[in-house]
Amino acid sequence: MSSDTEQVFNEYVTAMVGGQMFGLPIRRVQDVFLPDRLTKVPLASPEIGGLINLRGRIVTLVDLAYRLGLARRSDTSMAIGVELAGESYGLLIDGVGEVMSLDAALLERNPINLDARLAAVSSGIYRLEKQLLLVLDVDRVLASDASAAAA
Amino acid sequence: MDDLLREFVTETNESLDVVDVELVRFEQDPNNALILNNIFRLVHTIKGTCGFLGLPRLEMLAHAAESLMGKFRDGLPATREAVTVILATIDRIKEILAALERDQSEPDGTDSDLIGDLERIAEHVQASAQQPAIAATEQALGRPLRAGEVPLDELERVFRETPVDPSARRQPKPAAAPAEERLRIDAVKEDEATKAGTQSIRVTVDTIEQLMTMVSELVLTRNQLLEIVRRHDDSEFKAPLQRLSNVTAELQEGVMKTRMQPIGNAWQKFPRIIRDLSHDLGKEIELELQGAETELDRQVLDLIKDPLTHMLRNSADHGLETPAERRAAGKSSQGHIRLAAYHEGGQIIVQFADDGRGLDTARIKAKAIAQGLISESDAAKFNDAQIHKFIFAPGFSTAQTITSVSGRGVGMDVVRSNIDQIGGTIDVKSVAGQGVSFTIKIPLTLAIIAALIVDVGGNRFAIPQVAVVELVRARKGGDHRIERIKDTAVLRLRDKLLPLARLSRLLGIDSRDEIEGGFIVVTQVGSQSFGIVVDGVFHTEEIVVKPMSSKLRDIPMFSGNTILGDGSVIMIVDPNGVARSFGSTVVSQMTAAERAQPQQLEKSDDDMTSLLMFRAGSSQPKAVPLSLITRLEEIDARRIELSNGRHMVQYRGQLMPLVSMTDAAVKHEGAQPLLVFSDGARSMALVVDDIVDIVEDHLDIQVASATPGVLGSAVVKGVATEIIDIAHFLPLAFEDWFRRKDRTQQRRQHAVLLVDDSPFFRNMLVPVLQAAGYAVTAVGSAKEALALIDQDRSFDVTITDIEMAEMDGFELAEALRADPRCAAMPVIALSSQVSPEMIERGRRAGLADYVAKFDRQGLIAALMEQAGLGDAA
Repeated sequence: MSSDTEQVFNEYVTAMVGGQMFGLPIRRVQDVFLPDRLTKVPLASPEIGGLINLRGRIVTLVDLAYRLGLARRSDTSMAIGVELAGESYGLLIDGVGEVMSLDAALLERNPINLDARLAAVSSGIYRLEKQLLLVLDVDRVLASDASAAAA
Repeated sequence: MDDLLREFVTETNESLDVVDVELVRFEQDPNNALILNNIFRLVHTIKGTCGFLGLPRLEMLAHAAESLMGKFRDGLPATREAVTVILATIDRIKEILAALERDQSEPDGTDSDLIGDLERIAEHVQASAQQPAIAATEQALGRPLRAGEVPLDELERVFRETPVDPSARRQPKPAAAPAEERLRIDAVKEDEATKAGTQSIRVTVDTIEQLMTMVSELVLTRNQLLEIVRRHDDSEFKAPLQRLSNVTAELQEGVMKTRMQPIGNAWQKFPRIIRDLSHDLGKEIELELQGAETELDRQVLDLIKDPLTHMLRNSADHGLETPAERRAAGKSSQGHIRLAAYHEGGQIIVQFADDGRGLDTARIKAKAIAQGLISESDAAKFNDAQIHKFIFAPGFSTAQTITSVSGRGVGMDVVRSNIDQIGGTIDVKSVAGQGVSFTIKIPLTLAIIAALIVDVGGNRFAIPQVAVVELVRARKGGDHRIERIKDTAVLRLRDKLLPLARLSRLLGIDSRDEIEGGFIVVTQVGSQSFGIVVDGVFHTEEIVVKPMSSKLRDIPMFSGNTILGDGSVIMIVDPNGVARSFGSTVVSQMTAAERAQPQQLEKSDDDMTSLLMFRAGSSQPKAVPLSLITRLEEIDARRIELSNGRHMVQYRGQLMPLVSMTDAAVKHEGAQPLLVFSDGARSMALVVDDIVDIVEDHLDIQVASATPGVLGSAVVKGVATEIIDIAHFLPLAFEDWFRRKDRTQQRRQHAVLLVDDSPFFRNMLVPVLQAAGYAVTAVGSAKEALALIDQDRSFDVTITDIEMAEMDGFELAEALRADPRCAAMPVIALSSQVSPEMIERGRRAGLADYVAKFDRQGLIAALMEQAGLGDAA
């Protein structure tokens, strides 16, 4: 970790899912988009929102609310584009917020009573003034074994 | 890795592959100096380069091999042992190269074993064959050679061959005339190599792959533009877009071409494998490779290499017999394996055949039962071809002994899954004692395919065009009837019976329940035919297959996804996945469809009949030819009404009488299965307890029956089965069922000669024709028929089967035409197969009409029309 004298800031793209604020490390975020002309995939697991064509690439949408066991608050969802192992994914969210720069030293461990599904994908928590921000570990969100465990 | 080293590894690997092949050729043709020169040159180059790059292990190996080959070149015999050691050396060099590529340095280890062998053989060869030379040296010295001394001519040879540098090599050595000649060949070859070098360049696979991806994107964008322009009638973009479209198509073709490689690349190692195997197994094997130049996508090539190698090993190990066994079976002692590749309709067909012992049907059956793949009773119903298919079942390997060659747990199931993966199909045919043949069909390329875009409940899906045989509109009262056997829907398409899969159900999509009104995509996967029911069909489109997300890859119904011209993403349905969804329950029905195909393995016994098996009364199965049945129904027993002491049911707006078999009871509640027989506007239904299955078998009534309503007993799929005489039951429903057809019974009965070699058909048709008012004489062959004519019997009309042994229906018709006594007599042909060629053939033979074999009504109509017989007369 960093020395005490030098502050290290992490930048997060914030997103709302089911009333909860999440932060995604900005390096992992490719883009934010409105999913259009979504194709449903029959027989896929319920967390798969469908497929879309994003500038010639096929993007698999993952319903973050379902994945995390939260209730969707909005019908018009947005998506945050991320990549894992060369594949493009879109995480469906209720809405996107500002980009925050937060002091790495202030990142706290997940409370031990955090919902298991959230704890499985969160790499820590920031106490903001008005609310808590859960830092999402994108790899773990998209890991298939985790989804099996959550299902 | 160092560029120089990388290039060395690539080039050396290529050279070694050539050496491999050439050595096997050389062994068979040891006097061919050209082959040997070529090998020698390649090994020599490897040795030289190794020395330059500082790779001592490789250099020493190459040197030892080269020395031995040098002996061959000096006219010494290439023994099997020697070639084996050289091949082993080449394998070792390859291993070292692989390690070199991985670690960038030569692996530790010693090759003294191989070098020792090589030197020992070289000396041995020398000792035995160069005796005169040594003797000459001895003469010159006046004493035998001491240890460490080298004969003179050997020394001379070493001098001759020492120069490694090509420029030095090209300098003619006046002292060695044969060497000079040899070097000239080398020089010419090198020139050719340089020339070829300027015409081709090495491009990494990655570059080509990237190019392909870009072209794929371009194709998609082009499709999108075309879609947009299609919506605007008078667009000024039309002309330039057309050009863009053409250029794109050409570019696509060009890039595809760069990915193409001859299938021979996958075969390159086969001669060597066969050589080693025949040696190890003590078998004589001849390998024939045809169509090695057939090109296919390198991605596909990579994927079929292993399956083909596996099949080759299998065939050599298990398929072909030992020379002694072969001689005992009356075959030549040399076994034959043939591989042929060719293009056919956008696919590559690879045929793999051996003339070995064929598949062991009994053992496969026993194993399938032991593994729980089928029940014993099912197994009895399966024919050989169906049993053979079990070799593709996962975990199936029938080798009794596990050898080092094959049979290590990976079997044809792995081959099949590899081929499935690339959207290919594999089929097997085997004749006991004559050999096995596999037919593999693989797509030319995986990247861009033609696909049929279909609609299911408002969703669009793509079905790869190569699997689609035809499209059928499912309409009520249409030509192609949809029947239901219990809950299973099947389509009667001409003389095939196809199981139907509802895509909506397979995919869990809400869609209308009715199949009628939709489309049936008739699909073929391997030898399985089936219909995929969809709601609508749009068009065919060239699609670029994109791999599915890893989160979706476990869905067996899809093989990929793509972006359509309008920009939307759609899933590509995997016909193999649909085929698997049928499971084993439909196997018998699928093969019912297969059986109807003209070319079948057991050509000799192709008078197979589709039989509907059912139970009624007793537990003994009963059967009736499927084609006689109009429909299978299951009605609510409460709908059965009793009228005038007879069971009736309201059916399609009419009262349909129900007829019970001798001891089958009409149910009072629940579902009552019925076999419906229709004739014109009339229908009757036979009450049965339950419908068991549809099977294909020979119908050979072995025991005639005295019981009314039963023609006799036949063995159907190993079970004694009563064959029901429908003709007996029809009049029970309507007393005048047959009589109404000939109200003019008083008239002279017309004489009909029925020729059919199947006793079943004779039994079936005679009562039908008699009931229709004809005097029928039935005979079992064309010869008997002609004998009757010779006895001056006269007939008004002849009905003949086409497919008969000895003399077929055409020949009979021709013979009758030629006979003045009966030249005017019309001949009606019965056939289960009607093709345009056959109709033409029939026309020339003078046939009056063609009637499908089970079309009783059609036959009666043809009789009336052709001979002016019956009612109309």
